[in-house]
Amino acid sequence: MYELLQYLVLHLIYALIVVVVLMSMCAYVVLAERKVSSWIQNRVGPNRTQLPILAYIPILGNILQRIGFSQPMADGLKFLFKEDVTPGHVKKFYYILAPCLSLITALVTCTVLPFGVYWVMEGAVGEKQHLVEHPLMLANLDIGLLFILAISSLSVYGLVLAGWASNSKYPFLGGIRASAQLISYELAMGVSLLPVFLWASRPGETSGLNLYTIVQSQHGLWLCIWMPISALIFLVSLFAETNRLPFDMAESETDLVGGFHTEYGSFKFGFFFIAEYAHMIVGSAVFVVLFLGGWNFFPGIADPWPHNLIGSVMTIVWFLAKVLFFIFFFIWIRWTIPRFRYDQVMKLGWNVLLPLSVANFIAYLVFFALFPNG
Amino acid sequence: MAKVLERKPLTFWERTYLPQILSGLKITFFNMFRRKETLEYPEQRPQLPTGYRGAPTLVKDPNGREKCVSCQLCEFVCPPKAIRITPGEIPFNAPNSHVEKAPKEFDINMLRCIYCGLCEEVCPEEAIWLQDIYSLSATSRKDLVHNKAKLYELGGTRPDSHHKWDKKLAAEKAHEEGGHH
Repeated sequence: MYELLQYLVLHLIYALIVVVVLMSMCAYVVLAERKVSSWIQNRVGPNRTQLPILAYIPILGNILQRIGFSQPMADGLKFLFKEDVTPGHVKKFYYILAPCLSLITALVTCTVLPFGVYWVMEGAVGEKQHLVEHPLMLANLDIGLLFILAISSLSVYGLVLAGWASNSKYPFLGGIRASAQLISYELAMGVSLLPVFLWASRPGETSGLNLYTIVQSQHGLWLCIWMPISALIFLVSLFAETNRLPFDMAESETDLVGGFHTEYGSFKFGFFFIAEYAHMIVGSAVFVVLFLGGWNFFPGIADPWPHNLIGSVMTIVWFLAKVLFFIFFFIWIRWTIPRFRYDQVMKLGWNVLLPLSVANFIAYLVFFALFPNG
Repeated sequence: MAKVLERKPLTFWERTYLPQILSGLKITFFNMFRRKETLEYPEQRPQLPTGYRGAPTLVKDPNGREKCVSCQLCEFVCPPKAIRITPGEIPFNAPNSHVEKAPKEFDINMLRCIYCGLCEEVCPEEAIWLQDIYSLSATSRKDLVHNKAKLYELGGTRPDSHHKWDKKLAAEKAHEEGGHH
Protein backbone atom coordinates (compact mmCIF):
# COMPACT_ATOMS: atom_id res chain seq x y z
CA MET A 1 0.00 0.00 0.00
CA TYR A 2 2.74 2.40 1.03
CA GLU A 3 4.79 1.49 -2.01
CA LEU A 4 1.84 2.05 -4.30
CA LEU A 5 1.28 5.49 -2.76
CA GLN A 6 4.96 6.30 -3.14
CA TYR A 7 4.86 5.18 -6.75
CA LEU A 8 1.80 7.32 -7.49
CA VAL A 9 3.10 10.46 -5.80
CA LEU A 10 6.51 10.13 -7.39
CA HIS A 11 5.07 9.74 -10.87
CA LEU A 12 2.67 12.59 -10.28
CA ILE A 13 5.64 14.77 -9.43
CA TYR A 14 7.53 13.61 -12.53
CA ALA A 15 4.51 14.37 -14.69
CA LEU A 16 4.13 17.80 -13.11
CA ILE A 17 7.78 18.60 -13.75
CA VAL A 18 7.50 17.61 -17.41
CA VAL A 19 4.29 19.60 -17.87
CA VAL A 20 5.70 22.65 -16.13
CA VAL A 21 8.85 22.51 -18.27
CA LEU A 22 6.80 22.02 -21.42
CA MET A 23 4.41 24.86 -20.60
CA SER A 24 7.17 27.30 -19.75
CA MET A 25 8.94 26.26 -22.93
CA CYS A 26 5.70 27.04 -24.78
CA ALA A 27 5.61 30.50 -23.24
CA TYR A 28 9.20 31.20 -24.20
CA VAL A 29 8.81 29.68 -27.65
CA VAL A 30 6.07 32.25 -28.23
CA LEU A 31 8.57 34.90 -27.23
CA ALA A 32 11.20 33.31 -29.49
CA GLU A 33 8.72 33.31 -32.33
CA ARG A 34 8.05 37.02 -31.87
CA LYS A 35 11.72 37.85 -31.46
CA VAL A 36 13.04 35.79 -34.36
CA SER A 37 10.20 37.00 -36.58
CA SER A 38 11.09 40.58 -35.83
CA TRP A 39 14.81 39.99 -36.35
CA ILE A 40 14.17 38.45 -39.73
CA GLN A 41 12.04 41.49 -40.58
CA ASN A 42 14.73 43.89 -39.30
CA ARG A 43 12.71 44.86 -36.27
CA VAL A 44 13.66 44.63 -32.60
CA GLY A 45 10.62 42.81 -31.23
CA PRO A 46 9.04 43.03 -27.78
CA ASN A 47 11.44 44.89 -25.48
CA ARG A 48 9.26 46.97 -23.16
CA THR A 49 7.82 44.56 -20.61
CA GLN A 50 9.62 44.48 -17.33
CA LEU A 51 8.84 43.01 -13.93
CA PRO A 52 9.25 45.73 -11.29
CA ILE A 53 11.73 43.59 -9.32
CA LEU A 54 13.97 42.89 -12.31
CA ALA A 55 14.13 46.56 -13.21
CA TYR A 56 16.35 47.19 -10.17
CA ILE A 57 19.10 44.78 -11.24
CA PRO A 58 21.80 47.05 -12.72
CA ILE A 59 22.90 45.70 -16.12
CA LEU A 60 21.18 42.32 -16.25
CA GLY A 61 17.76 43.91 -15.72
CA ASN A 62 18.28 46.05 -18.77
CA ILE A 63 19.37 43.09 -20.88
CA LEU A 64 16.40 41.05 -19.69
CA GLN A 65 14.09 43.85 -20.73
CA ARG A 66 15.72 44.10 -24.16
CA ILE A 67 15.29 40.39 -24.83
CA GLY A 68 11.69 40.54 -23.61
CA PHE A 69 12.19 38.21 -20.65
CA SER A 70 8.94 39.19 -18.93
CA GLN A 71 6.87 39.31 -22.10
CA PRO A 72 5.41 35.75 -21.76
CA MET A 73 4.01 36.64 -18.33
CA ALA A 74 2.38 39.75 -19.74
CA ASP A 75 0.96 37.73 -22.65
CA GLY A 76 -0.43 35.09 -20.29
CA LEU A 77 -1.96 37.67 -18.00
CA LYS A 78 -3.54 39.39 -20.97
CA PHE A 79 -5.26 36.16 -22.00
CA LEU A 80 -6.38 35.53 -18.41
CA PHE A 81 -7.86 38.93 -17.71
CA LYS A 82 -9.69 39.43 -20.97
CA GLU A 83 -13.44 39.08 -20.88
CA ASP A 84 -14.30 35.48 -21.72
CA VAL A 85 -16.95 35.94 -24.39
CA THR A 86 -18.92 33.00 -25.69
CA PRO A 87 -20.82 34.07 -28.79
CA GLY A 88 -24.54 33.30 -28.74
CA HIS A 89 -24.56 31.30 -31.94
CA VAL A 90 -22.07 28.60 -31.00
CA LYS A 91 -22.64 25.01 -29.98
CA LYS A 92 -21.54 25.55 -26.46
CA PHE A 93 -20.36 22.13 -25.30
CA TYR A 94 -18.19 21.48 -28.34
CA TYR A 95 -17.10 25.10 -28.44
CA ILE A 96 -15.56 24.67 -24.99
CA LEU A 97 -14.39 21.12 -25.63
CA ALA A 98 -12.39 22.03 -28.73
CA PRO A 99 -9.58 24.10 -27.16
CA CYS A 100 -9.27 21.58 -24.30
CA LEU A 101 -8.92 18.73 -26.79
CA SER A 102 -6.27 20.66 -28.69
CA LEU A 103 -4.17 21.20 -25.60
CA ILE A 104 -4.70 17.74 -24.13
CA THR A 105 -3.48 15.92 -27.23
CA ALA A 106 -0.43 18.17 -27.33
CA LEU A 107 0.39 17.44 -23.69
CA VAL A 108 -0.35 13.71 -23.79
CA THR A 109 2.20 13.08 -26.54
CA CYS A 110 5.03 14.23 -24.30
CA THR A 111 4.45 11.31 -21.90
CA VAL A 112 6.26 8.83 -24.14
CA LEU A 113 9.05 11.16 -25.24
CA PRO A 114 12.48 10.16 -23.98
CA PHE A 115 14.53 13.25 -23.24
CA GLY A 116 17.64 11.89 -21.62
CA VAL A 117 19.24 8.94 -19.88
CA TYR A 118 20.47 8.16 -16.38
CA TRP A 119 22.83 5.50 -15.16
CA VAL A 120 22.56 3.35 -12.05
CA MET A 121 24.71 0.60 -10.65
CA GLU A 122 22.77 -2.62 -10.71
CA GLY A 123 23.41 -6.24 -10.04
CA ALA A 124 22.21 -8.97 -7.75
CA VAL A 125 23.61 -9.14 -4.21
CA GLY A 126 27.03 -10.70 -4.19
CA GLU A 127 27.51 -10.36 -7.91
CA LYS A 128 29.52 -7.79 -9.78
CA GLN A 129 27.82 -4.41 -10.00
CA HIS A 130 27.55 -2.84 -13.44
CA LEU A 131 26.23 0.36 -14.91
CA VAL A 132 22.78 0.12 -16.49
CA GLU A 133 21.36 2.83 -18.69
CA HIS A 134 17.76 3.91 -18.13
CA PRO A 135 15.73 6.36 -20.18
CA LEU A 136 14.43 9.60 -18.70
CA MET A 137 10.82 9.57 -19.78
CA LEU A 138 7.40 9.48 -18.17
CA ALA A 139 6.22 6.17 -19.65
CA ASN A 140 8.55 3.78 -21.42
CA LEU A 141 5.97 2.33 -23.80
CA ASP A 142 6.96 -0.42 -26.20
CA ILE A 143 4.75 1.16 -28.83
CA GLY A 144 5.83 4.74 -28.16
CA LEU A 145 5.99 5.74 -31.78
CA LEU A 146 2.52 4.38 -32.56
CA PHE A 147 1.21 6.13 -29.46
CA ILE A 148 2.56 9.45 -30.68
CA LEU A 149 1.14 8.96 -34.16
CA ALA A 150 -2.25 7.98 -32.73
CA ILE A 151 -2.51 10.86 -30.29
CA SER A 152 -1.15 13.52 -32.59
CA SER A 153 -3.68 12.59 -35.25
CA LEU A 154 -6.37 13.16 -32.62
CA SER A 155 -5.28 16.77 -32.40
CA VAL A 156 -7.14 17.53 -35.59
CA TYR A 157 -10.40 16.96 -33.70
CA GLY A 158 -9.71 20.09 -31.69
CA LEU A 159 -9.51 22.12 -34.89
CA VAL A 160 -12.44 20.44 -36.59
CA LEU A 161 -14.65 20.73 -33.51
CA ALA A 162 -13.71 24.37 -33.14
CA GLY A 163 -14.58 25.05 -36.75
CA TRP A 164 -17.83 23.20 -36.51
CA ALA A 165 -18.96 24.41 -33.08
CA SER A 166 -18.25 28.05 -33.93
CA ASN A 167 -21.22 27.88 -36.29
CA SER A 168 -19.94 30.53 -38.65
CA LYS A 169 -18.46 30.32 -42.11
CA TYR A 170 -14.75 31.13 -41.71
CA PRO A 171 -14.10 28.81 -38.79
CA PHE A 172 -16.06 26.16 -40.66
CA LEU A 173 -13.87 26.50 -43.75
CA GLY A 174 -10.80 26.44 -41.51
CA GLY A 175 -11.99 23.27 -39.80
CA ILE A 176 -12.66 21.54 -43.11
CA ARG A 177 -9.28 22.52 -44.45
CA ALA A 178 -7.59 21.30 -41.29
CA SER A 179 -9.24 17.90 -41.48
CA ALA A 180 -8.46 17.39 -45.18
CA GLN A 181 -4.89 18.54 -44.77
CA LEU A 182 -4.14 16.47 -41.70
CA ILE A 183 -5.59 13.33 -43.26
CA SER A 184 -3.48 13.81 -46.39
CA TYR A 185 -0.24 14.39 -44.56
CA GLU A 186 -0.86 11.81 -41.86
CA LEU A 187 -0.56 9.14 -44.55
CA ALA A 188 2.76 10.35 -45.92
CA MET A 189 4.05 10.79 -42.38
CA GLY A 190 3.14 7.27 -41.37
CA VAL A 191 4.60 5.69 -44.48
CA SER A 192 7.80 7.73 -44.20
CA LEU A 193 8.31 6.27 -40.73
CA LEU A 194 8.05 2.65 -41.85
CA PRO A 195 11.76 2.44 -42.84
CA VAL A 196 12.58 3.65 -39.32
CA PHE A 197 10.53 0.78 -37.92
CA LEU A 198 12.37 -1.61 -40.22
CA TRP A 199 15.72 -0.22 -39.14
CA ALA A 200 14.90 -0.34 -35.47
CA SER A 201 13.51 -3.89 -35.55
CA ARG A 202 16.22 -5.45 -37.64
CA PRO A 203 17.75 -8.62 -36.20
CA GLY A 204 19.69 -7.89 -33.04
CA GLU A 205 17.51 -4.98 -31.94
CA THR A 206 15.13 -5.60 -29.07
CA SER A 207 12.08 -3.46 -29.69
CA GLY A 208 11.14 -1.74 -32.88
CA LEU A 209 8.62 0.84 -31.81
CA ASN A 210 10.16 1.94 -28.55
CA LEU A 211 11.39 5.51 -28.89
CA TYR A 212 14.17 4.99 -26.36
CA THR A 213 15.68 2.09 -28.26
CA ILE A 214 15.34 4.02 -31.51
CA VAL A 215 17.49 6.76 -29.99
CA GLN A 216 19.97 4.22 -28.63
CA SER A 217 20.25 2.63 -32.07
CA GLN A 218 21.48 5.95 -33.45
CA HIS A 219 24.69 5.89 -31.40
CA GLY A 220 26.85 5.70 -34.47
CA LEU A 221 24.73 7.13 -37.21
CA TRP A 222 21.84 9.53 -37.10
CA LEU A 223 18.87 8.37 -39.06
CA CYS A 224 18.59 11.66 -40.97
CA ILE A 225 21.87 10.75 -42.69
CA TRP A 226 20.95 7.15 -43.25
CA MET A 227 17.35 7.92 -44.33
CA PRO A 228 17.35 11.47 -45.71
CA ILE A 229 14.19 11.11 -47.78
CA SER A 230 12.25 9.72 -44.85
CA ALA A 231 13.50 12.59 -42.75
CA LEU A 232 12.52 15.15 -45.39
CA ILE A 233 9.02 13.72 -45.85
CA PHE A 234 8.54 13.48 -42.12
CA LEU A 235 9.71 17.06 -41.72
CA VAL A 236 7.34 18.41 -44.35
CA SER A 237 4.47 16.40 -42.87
CA LEU A 238 5.41 17.70 -39.44
CA PHE A 239 4.98 21.26 -40.66
CA ALA A 240 1.57 20.29 -42.02
CA GLU A 241 0.60 18.43 -38.85
CA THR A 242 1.49 21.30 -36.56
CA ASN A 243 -0.32 23.75 -38.84
CA ARG A 244 2.74 25.89 -39.23
CA LEU A 245 3.48 28.06 -42.20
CA PRO A 246 3.67 27.31 -45.12
CA PHE A 247 0.87 24.86 -44.25
CA ASP A 248 -1.29 26.90 -41.90
CA MET A 249 -4.32 26.39 -44.08
CA ALA A 250 -6.62 26.08 -41.07
CA GLU A 251 -5.64 29.49 -39.79
CA SER A 252 -4.67 31.40 -42.90
CA GLU A 253 -5.41 34.92 -41.68
CA THR A 254 -5.40 36.43 -45.13
CA ASP A 255 -8.32 34.50 -46.55
CA LEU A 256 -10.08 33.02 -43.51
CA VAL A 257 -9.86 35.90 -40.99
CA GLY A 258 -8.49 33.66 -38.24
CA GLY A 259 -9.61 30.28 -39.47
CA PHE A 260 -10.87 27.79 -36.92
CA HIS A 261 -10.33 30.09 -33.94
CA THR A 262 -12.05 33.17 -35.36
CA GLU A 263 -14.84 32.99 -32.79
CA TYR A 264 -12.53 32.36 -29.85
CA GLY A 265 -11.23 34.92 -27.42
CA SER A 266 -9.41 35.29 -24.12
CA PHE A 267 -8.21 32.10 -22.48
CA LYS A 268 -9.98 29.73 -24.85
CA PHE A 269 -7.96 31.27 -27.66
CA GLY A 270 -4.96 31.06 -25.36
CA PHE A 271 -5.49 27.30 -25.16
CA PHE A 272 -5.32 26.98 -28.95
CA PHE A 273 -2.31 29.22 -28.98
CA ILE A 274 -0.43 27.24 -26.35
CA ALA A 275 -1.51 23.99 -27.99
CA GLU A 276 -0.03 25.10 -31.31
CA TYR A 277 3.32 25.77 -29.68
CA ALA A 278 3.16 22.62 -27.56
CA HIS A 279 2.59 20.69 -30.79
CA MET A 280 5.56 22.43 -32.30
CA ILE A 281 7.80 21.53 -29.35
CA VAL A 282 6.62 17.92 -29.18
CA GLY A 283 6.90 17.63 -32.97
CA SER A 284 10.45 18.95 -32.88
CA ALA A 285 11.25 16.54 -30.08
CA VAL A 286 9.84 13.62 -32.05
CA PHE A 287 11.92 14.60 -35.06
CA VAL A 288 15.03 14.87 -32.89
CA VAL A 289 14.32 11.47 -31.35
CA LEU A 290 13.67 9.76 -34.65
CA PHE A 291 16.11 11.38 -37.02
CA LEU A 292 18.57 13.61 -35.20
CA GLY A 293 19.88 11.03 -32.80
CA GLY A 294 18.11 12.25 -29.65
CA TRP A 295 20.77 12.99 -27.04
CA ASN A 296 23.62 11.32 -28.95
CA PHE A 297 26.41 13.85 -29.29
CA PHE A 298 27.35 13.80 -32.97
CA PRO A 299 27.31 10.98 -35.50
CA GLY A 300 30.51 8.99 -35.15
CA ILE A 301 31.67 10.84 -32.02
CA ALA A 302 31.29 9.22 -28.62
CA ASP A 303 29.34 11.16 -26.00
CA PRO A 304 31.86 13.34 -24.18
CA TRP A 305 30.00 13.31 -20.86
CA PRO A 306 30.60 10.91 -17.95
CA HIS A 307 28.10 8.23 -16.99
CA ASN A 308 26.80 9.90 -13.86
CA LEU A 309 24.44 12.65 -12.77
CA ILE A 310 26.29 15.34 -14.72
CA GLY A 311 26.12 13.14 -17.79
CA SER A 312 22.35 12.77 -17.39
CA VAL A 313 21.95 16.53 -17.17
CA MET A 314 24.15 16.91 -20.23
CA THR A 315 22.01 14.48 -22.22
CA ILE A 316 18.91 16.52 -21.37
CA VAL A 317 20.66 19.77 -22.23
CA TRP A 318 21.94 18.40 -25.52
CA PHE A 319 18.52 17.03 -26.37
CA LEU A 320 16.84 20.35 -25.54
CA ALA A 321 19.45 22.22 -27.57
CA LYS A 322 18.55 20.15 -30.62
CA VAL A 323 14.84 20.71 -29.97
CA LEU A 324 15.39 24.45 -29.63
CA PHE A 325 17.35 24.56 -32.85
CA PHE A 326 14.45 22.82 -34.49
CA ILE A 327 11.96 25.30 -33.09
CA PHE A 328 14.14 28.05 -34.51
CA PHE A 329 14.01 26.19 -37.81
CA PHE A 330 10.20 26.19 -37.65
CA ILE A 331 10.17 29.96 -37.17
CA TRP A 332 12.88 30.45 -39.76
CA ILE A 333 10.88 28.54 -42.38
CA ARG A 334 7.82 30.59 -41.52
CA TRP A 335 9.44 33.77 -42.81
CA THR A 336 11.06 32.09 -45.80
CA ILE A 337 8.29 30.24 -47.61
CA PRO A 338 4.94 31.89 -48.29
CA ARG A 339 1.71 30.01 -47.61
CA PHE A 340 0.68 27.47 -50.24
CA ARG A 341 -2.57 27.73 -52.07
CA TYR A 342 -4.98 25.06 -50.89
CA ASP A 343 -4.86 22.98 -54.07
CA GLN A 344 -1.06 23.11 -53.96
CA VAL A 345 -1.13 21.68 -50.45
CA MET A 346 -3.33 18.82 -51.60
CA LYS A 347 -1.21 18.25 -54.67
CA LEU A 348 2.00 18.18 -52.67
CA GLY A 349 0.49 15.78 -50.19
CA TRP A 350 -1.12 13.29 -52.54
CA ASN A 351 0.88 13.58 -55.76
CA VAL A 352 4.37 14.07 -54.37
CA LEU A 353 4.87 13.11 -50.75
CA LEU A 354 2.71 9.98 -50.65
CA PRO A 355 4.19 8.31 -53.78
CA LEU A 356 7.66 9.40 -52.71
CA SER A 357 7.24 7.94 -49.24
CA VAL A 358 5.89 4.67 -50.66
CA ALA A 359 8.81 4.45 -53.11
CA ASN A 360 11.20 5.24 -50.29
CA PHE A 361 9.62 2.53 -48.15
CA ILE A 362 9.88 -0.04 -50.94
CA ALA A 363 13.53 0.86 -51.54
CA TYR A 364 14.39 0.30 -47.87
CA LEU A 365 12.25 -2.85 -47.86
CA VAL A 366 14.36 -4.30 -50.69
CA PHE A 367 17.52 -3.15 -48.96
CA PHE A 368 16.62 -4.77 -45.66
CA ALA A 369 15.49 -7.92 -47.47
CA LEU A 370 18.90 -8.20 -49.10
CA PHE A 371 20.94 -7.10 -46.09
CA PRO A 372 18.91 -8.00 -42.99
CA ASN A 373 21.52 -6.59 -40.63
CA GLY A 374 21.48 -3.15 -42.21
CA MET B 1 11.91 43.33 -83.24
CA ALA B 2 10.34 41.42 -80.44
CA LYS B 3 12.71 39.50 -78.29
CA VAL B 4 11.70 35.91 -77.83
CA LEU B 5 12.21 34.85 -74.26
CA GLU B 6 13.52 31.37 -74.04
CA ARG B 7 11.76 29.47 -71.26
CA LYS B 8 14.13 26.77 -70.22
CA PRO B 9 12.51 23.66 -68.77
CA LEU B 10 13.17 23.37 -65.05
CA THR B 11 15.92 21.03 -64.04
CA PHE B 12 15.25 18.19 -61.66
CA TRP B 13 16.55 20.09 -58.62
CA GLU B 14 14.60 23.19 -59.58
CA ARG B 15 11.43 21.15 -59.71
CA THR B 16 11.96 19.87 -56.19
CA TYR B 17 12.15 23.51 -55.01
CA LEU B 18 14.68 22.46 -52.39
CA PRO B 19 17.65 24.57 -53.59
CA GLN B 20 15.32 27.57 -53.82
CA ILE B 21 14.12 27.00 -50.29
CA LEU B 22 17.71 26.70 -49.10
CA SER B 23 18.74 29.95 -50.75
CA GLY B 24 15.64 31.57 -49.29
CA LEU B 25 16.64 30.31 -45.86
CA LYS B 26 20.08 31.82 -46.39
CA ILE B 27 18.57 35.20 -47.21
CA THR B 28 16.26 35.25 -44.21
CA PHE B 29 19.06 34.05 -41.95
CA PHE B 30 21.43 36.84 -42.88
CA ASN B 31 18.56 39.33 -42.66
CA MET B 32 18.60 38.75 -38.92
CA PHE B 33 21.94 40.49 -38.59
CA ARG B 34 21.11 43.54 -40.65
CA ARG B 35 20.57 46.95 -39.13
CA LYS B 36 17.20 47.20 -37.38
CA GLU B 37 14.76 49.62 -38.93
CA THR B 38 12.76 50.11 -35.75
CA LEU B 39 12.53 53.61 -34.33
CA GLU B 40 12.06 53.16 -30.59
CA TYR B 41 9.58 55.94 -30.37
CA PRO B 42 9.38 57.70 -27.06
CA GLU B 43 13.18 57.68 -26.71
CA GLN B 44 14.01 58.18 -30.37
CA ARG B 45 12.08 60.75 -32.34
CA PRO B 46 11.59 60.77 -36.09
CA GLN B 47 13.51 63.34 -38.14
CA LEU B 48 10.74 65.43 -39.59
CA PRO B 49 11.25 66.74 -43.11
CA THR B 50 10.98 70.47 -43.72
CA GLY B 51 7.47 71.43 -44.69
CA TYR B 52 6.04 68.70 -42.48
CA ARG B 53 2.34 69.25 -41.91
CA GLY B 54 1.57 68.68 -38.26
CA ALA B 55 -1.08 70.28 -36.11
CA PRO B 56 -2.23 73.74 -37.27
CA THR B 57 -1.28 76.53 -34.87
CA LEU B 58 -1.70 80.29 -34.61
CA VAL B 59 1.46 82.39 -34.44
CA LYS B 60 2.41 85.84 -33.24
CA ASP B 61 4.73 88.18 -35.02
CA PRO B 62 8.11 89.14 -33.52
CA ASN B 63 6.47 92.03 -31.66
CA GLY B 64 4.13 89.68 -29.88
CA ARG B 65 1.08 90.84 -31.81
CA GLU B 66 -1.39 88.21 -32.89
CA LYS B 67 -1.27 87.98 -36.63
CA CYS B 68 -4.74 86.63 -37.28
CA VAL B 69 -7.11 89.33 -38.42
CA SER B 70 -10.09 87.00 -38.35
CA CYS B 71 -10.78 87.22 -42.06
CA GLN B 72 -12.25 83.70 -41.81
CA LEU B 73 -10.71 82.55 -45.08
CA CYS B 74 -9.30 79.46 -43.38
CA GLU B 75 -12.68 78.69 -41.88
CA PHE B 76 -14.12 78.95 -45.34
CA VAL B 77 -11.53 76.85 -47.09
CA CYS B 78 -11.22 74.12 -44.45
CA PRO B 79 -12.46 70.93 -46.17
CA PRO B 80 -13.58 69.05 -43.05
CA LYS B 81 -14.92 72.25 -41.44
CA ALA B 82 -12.62 71.88 -38.48
CA ILE B 83 -12.09 75.59 -37.93
CA ARG B 84 -14.64 77.81 -36.19
CA ILE B 85 -13.87 81.51 -35.78
CA THR B 86 -15.82 84.11 -33.86
CA PRO B 87 -14.51 87.49 -35.04
CA GLY B 88 -14.06 90.31 -32.62
CA GLU B 89 -13.07 93.97 -32.66
CA ILE B 90 -9.77 95.27 -31.37
CA PRO B 91 -10.55 98.01 -28.82
CA PHE B 92 -9.97 101.59 -29.98
CA ASN B 93 -7.25 102.36 -27.43
CA ALA B 94 -5.22 99.19 -28.00
CA PRO B 95 -1.71 99.66 -29.46
CA ASN B 96 -2.64 97.69 -32.55
CA SER B 97 -6.07 99.21 -32.95
CA HIS B 98 -5.30 100.00 -36.59
CA VAL B 99 -5.58 96.25 -37.36
CA GLU B 100 -9.26 96.61 -36.45
CA LYS B 101 -10.14 92.93 -36.22
CA ALA B 102 -8.91 89.90 -34.28
CA PRO B 103 -10.53 86.58 -33.50
CA LYS B 104 -12.52 86.59 -30.29
CA GLU B 105 -12.58 82.83 -30.37
CA PHE B 106 -10.64 80.51 -32.65
CA ASP B 107 -11.35 76.80 -32.35
CA ILE B 108 -9.73 74.05 -34.39
CA ASN B 109 -11.32 70.69 -33.87
CA MET B 110 -8.38 68.34 -34.10
CA LEU B 111 -10.73 65.38 -34.36
CA ARG B 112 -11.87 66.77 -37.70
CA CYS B 113 -8.61 68.27 -38.98
CA ILE B 114 -7.11 66.34 -41.88
CA TYR B 115 -3.77 68.18 -41.88
CA CYS B 116 -4.25 69.25 -45.49
CA GLY B 117 -2.59 72.61 -44.98
CA LEU B 118 -5.13 74.59 -46.97
CA CYS B 119 -5.62 76.99 -44.07
CA GLU B 120 -1.92 77.76 -44.04
CA GLU B 121 -1.96 78.20 -47.80
CA VAL B 122 -4.97 80.48 -47.87
CA CYS B 123 -4.02 82.73 -44.93
CA PRO B 124 -3.21 86.25 -46.22
CA GLU B 125 -1.57 87.17 -42.90
CA GLU B 126 0.65 84.07 -42.53
CA ALA B 127 -1.00 83.65 -39.17
CA ILE B 128 -1.85 79.98 -39.25
CA TRP B 129 0.94 77.44 -39.61
CA LEU B 130 1.03 73.68 -39.67
CA GLN B 131 3.97 72.99 -37.42
CA ASP B 132 5.81 69.78 -36.50
CA ILE B 133 3.44 68.69 -33.75
CA TYR B 134 2.46 65.12 -34.59
CA SER B 135 1.56 63.62 -31.26
CA LEU B 136 -1.77 64.81 -29.91
CA SER B 137 -3.53 63.06 -27.11
CA ALA B 138 -6.31 63.89 -24.72
CA THR B 139 -8.69 62.12 -22.39
CA SER B 140 -11.85 63.67 -23.80
CA ARG B 141 -13.17 64.90 -27.12
CA LYS B 142 -13.49 68.39 -25.70
CA ASP B 143 -9.78 68.53 -24.99
CA LEU B 144 -9.01 67.90 -28.63
CA VAL B 145 -10.81 71.05 -29.74
CA HIS B 146 -7.94 73.50 -29.56
CA ASN B 147 -9.07 76.93 -28.45
CA LYS B 148 -7.34 80.20 -29.14
CA ALA B 149 -5.11 80.12 -26.06
CA LYS B 150 -3.97 76.59 -26.85
CA LEU B 151 -3.34 77.44 -30.49
CA TYR B 152 -1.10 80.36 -29.56
CA GLU B 153 0.65 78.26 -26.94
CA LEU B 154 1.46 75.66 -29.56
CA GLY B 155 2.30 78.23 -32.22
CA GLY B 156 4.62 80.67 -30.48
CA THR B 157 6.13 83.40 -32.61
CA ARG B 158 7.58 83.14 -36.05
CA PRO B 159 10.08 85.46 -37.72
CA ASP B 160 8.41 87.85 -40.09
CA SER B 161 10.17 90.10 -42.58
CA HIS B 162 7.13 91.87 -43.97
CA HIS B 163 5.98 93.79 -40.89
CA LYS B 164 2.88 94.55 -42.89
CA TRP B 165 0.86 96.21 -40.14
CA ASP B 166 3.84 98.18 -38.80
CA LYS B 167 4.39 99.60 -42.26
CA LYS B 168 0.70 100.40 -42.51
CA LEU B 169 0.80 102.17 -39.16
CA ALA B 170 3.90 104.12 -40.19
CA ALA B 171 2.27 105.08 -43.46
CA GLU B 172 -0.87 106.17 -41.64
CA LYS B 173 1.13 108.29 -39.22
CA ALA B 174 3.13 109.85 -42.04
CA HIS B 175 -0.12 110.55 -43.78
CA GLU B 176 -1.57 112.27 -40.72
CA GLU B 177 1.60 114.29 -40.10
CA GLY B 178 2.06 115.17 -43.71
CA GLY B 179 -1.35 116.75 -43.77
CA HIS B 180 -2.93 117.50 -47.07
CA HIS B 181 -1.56 116.50 -50.41
